[in-house]
Amino acid sequence: MLTFVVKRILSAVPVLIMVAIIVFLVLRLSPGDPALMIAGPSATEDQLQALRESMGLTKPLLQQLFLWIGQILSGDFGVSLISGKPVTELILDRFGPTLALSLSTIVLAVAVAIPLGVLAAWQQGKWIDRLVMAGSVLGFSVPVFIVGYILILIFARGLGWFPVQGYKPLSDGFGPFAVRLVLPSVALSFPYIALIARIVRTNVIEVMGEDYIRTARAKGLTEGGVLMDHALGNAAVPIVTIIGVSIAMLIGGVVVTESVFNIPGLGRLVLESVLARDYTVIQTVILLFSTIYVFINLAVDLLYGLFDPRIRY
Amino acid sequence: MTSDTEPASAPTLALPDLDSPKERRDPLKLLRDTLSSWPARISALVLGLIVLMAICAPWLGTVDPVTINPSLRLKPPSPEHWLGTDTFGRDVYSRIVYGARISLVVGAGTVIVSLLFGVFFGVLTGYFRWADLIVMRFMDGLMAIPGILLAIALVAISGATLTTVLIAISIPEIPRVARMVRSVILGVKAEPYVEAASVLGTGVWKMVWRHLLPNTVAPLLVQGTYIFAAAIMTEAILSFLGAGIPPETPSWGNMMADGRVYFQLKPELILFPGLMVSLTVLSVNMLGDVLRDRLDPRMAKRL
Amino acid sequence: MLALGNPSTLVKATVLSLCLGSISFAAQAETTITAVMHAPLRAVDPVISTAYILRNYGYMVYDTLLARDSAGKPQPQMASWTVSDDGKTYTFTLRDGLKWHDGTPVKAEDAVASLKRWSQVDKTGQVMAKLLERYDITDDKTFVMTFKEPTGIALIALSKPSGVAPFMFPKAVAETPVGQPITSTIGSGPFKFVAADYKPGVGATFVKNTDYVPRSEPADGLSGGKVVKVDKVVWTTMPDPMTAMNALMSGEIDMVEQAPHDLLPLVDGNPDLQTIVFPKQVNQNLVRMNFTLPPFDNPKIRQAALLALDQQQMLDAQVGAGSKYGKVCASVFGCTGLYPSTYRADDIIKAHPAEAKALLKEAGYDGKPILLMHATDLASLAPQGPVIAQNLRDAGFNVDMVSMDWASVVARRANKQPVAEGGWNMFSTTNVGPDVGDPIGFIGVAAGGSSAWFGWPDVPEIETLRLDMAKASDPAKQKEIAEQIDHLVIDNGVMIPMGEFQQVMVASSKLKGEISAEAPVFWNVEKAK
Repeated sequence: MLTFVVKRILSAVPVLIMVAIIVFLVLRLSPGDPALMIAGPSATEDQLQALRESMGLTKPLLQQLFLWIGQILSGDFGVSLISGKPVTELILDRFGPTLALSLSTIVLAVAVAIPLGVLAAWQQGKWIDRLVMAGSVLGFSVPVFIVGYILILIFARGLGWFPVQGYKPLSDGFGPFAVRLVLPSVALSFPYIALIARIVRTNVIEVMGEDYIRTARAKGLTEGGVLMDHALGNAAVPIVTIIGVSIAMLIGGVVVTESVFNIPGLGRLVLESVLARDYTVIQTVILLFSTIYVFINLAVDLLYGLFDPRIRY
Repeated sequence: MTSDTEPASAPTLALPDLDSPKERRDPLKLLRDTLSSWPARISALVLGLIVLMAICAPWLGTVDPVTINPSLRLKPPSPEHWLGTDTFGRDVYSRIVYGARISLVVGAGTVIVSLLFGVFFGVLTGYFRWADLIVMRFMDGLMAIPGILLAIALVAISGATLTTVLIAISIPEIPRVARMVRSVILGVKAEPYVEAASVLGTGVWKMVWRHLLPNTVAPLLVQGTYIFAAAIMTEAILSFLGAGIPPETPSWGNMMADGRVYFQLKPELILFPGLMVSLTVLSVNMLGDVLRDRLDPRMAKRL
Repeated sequence: MLALGNPSTLVKATVLSLCLGSISFAAQAETTITAVMHAPLRAVDPVISTAYILRNYGYMVYDTLLARDSAGKPQPQMASWTVSDDGKTYTFTLRDGLKWHDGTPVKAEDAVASLKRWSQVDKTGQVMAKLLERYDITDDKTFVMTFKEPTGIALIALSKPSGVAPFMFPKAVAETPVGQPITSTIGSGPFKFVAADYKPGVGATFVKNTDYVPRSEPADGLSGGKVVKVDKVVWTTMPDPMTAMNALMSGEIDMVEQAPHDLLPLVDGNPDLQTIVFPKQVNQNLVRMNFTLPPFDNPKIRQAALLALDQQQMLDAQVGAGSKYGKVCASVFGCTGLYPSTYRADDIIKAHPAEAKALLKEAGYDGKPILLMHATDLASLAPQGPVIAQNLRDAGFNVDMVSMDWASVVARRANKQPVAEGGWNMFSTTNVGPDVGDPIGFIGVAAGGSSAWFGWPDVPEIETLRLDMAKASDPAKQKEIAEQIDHLVIDNGVMIPMGEFQQVMVASSKLKGEISAEAPVFWNVEKAK
């Protein structure tokens, strides 16, 4: 078990180095000059050159890449080219909102999707199953910003139950924190509810055909008991996997949701930074997301063992 | 689950295990099988109509979707402009009809690009162990980068054109396809009949073509439908974030993005393209589902 | 990655970032104005950048020596002045009670150091530096500027309201080289910057500077007493304009500095909201051609482009068909400033596709596509490209419109290479009235070849006239020179004016006392309970 974990963490290193190289090259080959963005149109060439030098952009590309990787390994993520603030400080400022949004979305998605999926599996082929399945496909096919606007229009502007936008940290109290997360989480959770419910349904149906379920039924267990104890438990591996996938996929939706609901999170940070060519910030945030992705995968793998005793590392 | 832990990916996981060799299917029979269910029939019909609309766009009472007329902007539906006009005074109906072309091209193009490269890298790494180490590390790196962020950066590099957007949407899909093909090939390679063929000295290409690739067709078909649907959605999101197809070109995605400011005043500006996206994605997904059920006999037996 | 690998660090970081304050929107006992500005604040050096949000930031935290009143006349702000009889020597005296936010007094050496840094960067400042002989610091409160010849530029420059305004910094800060952005936020202005609450790209907080001693005159334009009537001003960024308007209608924020014109019907007739227009903050659209590359190296083809373009269509696309917020204007220096002109008004304002076609034929245009850069991520620029492209196509140009984000435009427009190597033929942008109306400082008319603004027009007569303008101190003479420059700019196609439009501020009706000036300022603004 421990060797497996160590092996997996070590195997993440080349992946992350690859991420660093890809991101670095993609960014530096793109047109755009942070010095021009900062200095404005009437700057002279000398002033621009001085700015570029102070940002370390005049060195050869490969040297910049190695310098950067060296810095990361020593825990120094540099400063933002645009604001001059340490990148770690910027990320720490923005990490909380994104984490809160992602967690609440996943919790909501799982809480809604698993009962829906089990229900659909139980009622397989009946109207309620078809309804859930059709609804789940719809969940994939409506862009998240449209869902967001509709929710704002109904629940914030119309009924006035929630604020239109904004974010408050947990330190301001749970009420203000939670009330601002409801609409964004609901909007963002749509595709994940759809995804998870489908997987739950498919796998529960599959497990229901197995012999031991028939045995359980024969023993006179109630249908509910069979579903919850046996079927769902045995379908846990793919379900955990898909939840892991959902967390990893969240970031695309997070960028949009943070814009629509004005949540000052990492998604917006990275978008702003791309538009301003703030290289150091984009590189670090993407690296952070990739690291999280890798560790979620690791966690999912470890959970397999927890749910399925047949898997041993 | 194998001990070779796969970095997870959505469409792959939605797939059934493909652990048994299957006979090659007759495509016609597959088609007939698939179309025997009502949801599939309806989906195919809707999709067919959308494709037809895209092809026949110039003859459907449309005007040039690019011509702007700012003095006529944001007009309500009228006999001249069936669905009204957009923020540049362009005809919304014509843009929706022509937009079908772009959105279908984005969907189909992404499927083609990502499947081509994905299958290539998947076969390469599944069949040749030496390639596995290098290529798969690169693929893992690519897969760990959030796709949408990579796409935004790529569009920023080369400017917003249809080609760039298509490539930017395809690249994050390639490693997922490659992983899936690789795992299928790894599984099939261990089968006795393949090992036997190998011992008998079957050439590499014949082996790949005759024995390995056919096994990937079924999961690729299903994965293709998901990629198709996802690509149309991603295009819409990229447009929303300002890194999509150039605003002149009508696509459902950038129509929704352009119209979003008017959501409260003129909801129809995003409603109609949104409806088209939903219809298309819905029918493609439905087809994908039915296809998967038909292609996986293990599951089909139980249904 | 290493830091996050350690669980306890991860937990700490998580808890910390969950708890760290974000912007506070809650109503508090003190009065706070929460404003959605047109752009996020991401840097704090208002001198090296021309971004308008930094200028607005400058007016919060810093102060200026002189300031223009509502009539555009320079008035004393931090300093008063006397001029020698020969018009060459200006003596400035700082008023009493001026203090930096750290409590130390403002001195003449601070002012001189600030002016030196500013005049390296700003176009008007550069002209002033060219004419200046020396600075002399007489005592802590007095300094003297001696010019090589009689000029009125000192007052124009030191009261420059926009673009880069000559804000005053402590000497140590002002001595930062211009190649290096300053990070200090210590000014002597009416608001203090709350560094702890500053989150680049998200929000910035300013509190009332209780030690600020305003002038006794009432506020008039940017001159007069800067009396702060609220405790706190919070600037917040909302990337989605729809969300900003909804937040305003729900009372979550107090104002949106630049509301999208198409959303104004949402607030029509809403008694809780008011719309405010500041006439001096008018925007001028302009089209710029690259003089160094074919086909726009040919003056006739530049004239054909000028004839092809249509101002009304551009304005319709930007602010709504026939909207009162858009006005056609043929004047290079704007129609609201001191130098309006109607020279060749019809040619400039309306499209003349037939004449343009004829001119193109005469000039031997070979059909080579015009590379037009189109910025998609800024609301006022996004509508420009498609209108220009269609106007040009209607007149027989081939147009290759390339859509990109503003950062790419900014980078590419600096490229002097041929189109195939990343160069360009045409782009469009907007400038605000105070910048446009200043013939010396306006980047759109500078025509010194490679030293000029992007497009690099080379028209020596214009450069001579701009210098004459700087030396002249008689308003009538200045007006005459401005008119001459206007003609030269149009006839040479240095830039094409594409109409003027007003941004509209939407604010809660509780806000009162907004000052109509060249920049949005927050002094004198009251918020009713």
